[in-house]
Amino acid sequence: MSDAKSPSVLAELVHQVRKTRDYGRLTDAIPYTRFMGIGVENLAGEMLCRMRYTPKLIGNSFIPALHGGTLGALLESSAIFELLLQTETPRVPKVISVTVDFLRSGKAQDTFARAFITRQGRRVANVRVEAWQDDRTRPIASAHALFLLAEP
Amino acid sequence: MSDFTLPEDKAGRLERCALFYSDIVPHNHALGLKLLDIGPAEATVELPYADFLVGNPETGVIAGGAVTTLIDAACGSAVILKLGRIQPLVTLDLRIDYLRPARPHVPLIAVAECYRSTRQVAFVRALVHQGDKSNPVASAQGTFMRLEE
Repeated sequence: MSDAKSPSVLAELVHQVRKTRDYGRLTDAIPYTRFMGIGVENLAGEMLCRMRYTPKLIGNSFIPALHGGTLGALLESSAIFELLLQTETPRVPKVISVTVDFLRSGKAQDTFARAFITRQGRRVANVRVEAWQDDRTRPIASAHALFLLAEP
Repeated sequence: MSDFTLPEDKAGRLERCALFYSDIVPHNHALGLKLLDIGPAEATVELPYADFLVGNPETGVIAGGAVTTLIDAACGSAVILKLGRIQPLVTLDLRIDYLRPARPHVPLIAVAECYRSTRQVAFVRALVHQGDKSNPVASAQGTFMRLEE
């Protein structure tokens, strides 16, 4: 654990990226999002997450379909980046619980996600996330997640 | 279709179910998931610690997304074992409670149990621990749908 009193390298990076919107610097600093090909993009003024398709994301080779876990990962990452970049939380929020609904099978292509903070209290934030591929009105997965924010 | 039925003996069942942790399921393989043990309706799956799975570079803690994949895989195997045959499944939903932070550099082990299956839907619960089952990292509950063949 980093010292809560002194600003960490990551907190400093988050602070900079909030201003510069150079999101790649943040997603590249996190090994798992780099491995998964999950990035944050600003599309038409809206902050979205994109998980770039690579064959290693496949769960069922016969259909083929994305592994359900990869969709869970995209939804959860999207919620964390929304909290990190759109609020003033000083540290990476800790997930308390996440519920994922799998709505349609994920095709072998890029997947997008958009998170909405439904409530942000002093200690807990509730976030809802949707993921889609070709058609945003036909989501392939959705989630709601609870996060513990750093103590103010 | 008889070759989709799991063998009677445990070694045979384990061997057949372990196929889902080979490159037949690329993402399970990419994360390094391993099927450690099975029961009549239970699967124990390990996620070895690896630097590329880290979600918080300051603490070295593995990303929640990797834990989700571990749980999804273990739950799916538990359903297959309960049904006694390899059959297409889709995850309907998965709820995960993160009970404590995972310790870095220690594998995560998911134990999933399919405690009820109906003609169409199977219900699963899972615990994730790091060697001590009485001090779990996460608990989960999932439902799966059995697809028509």
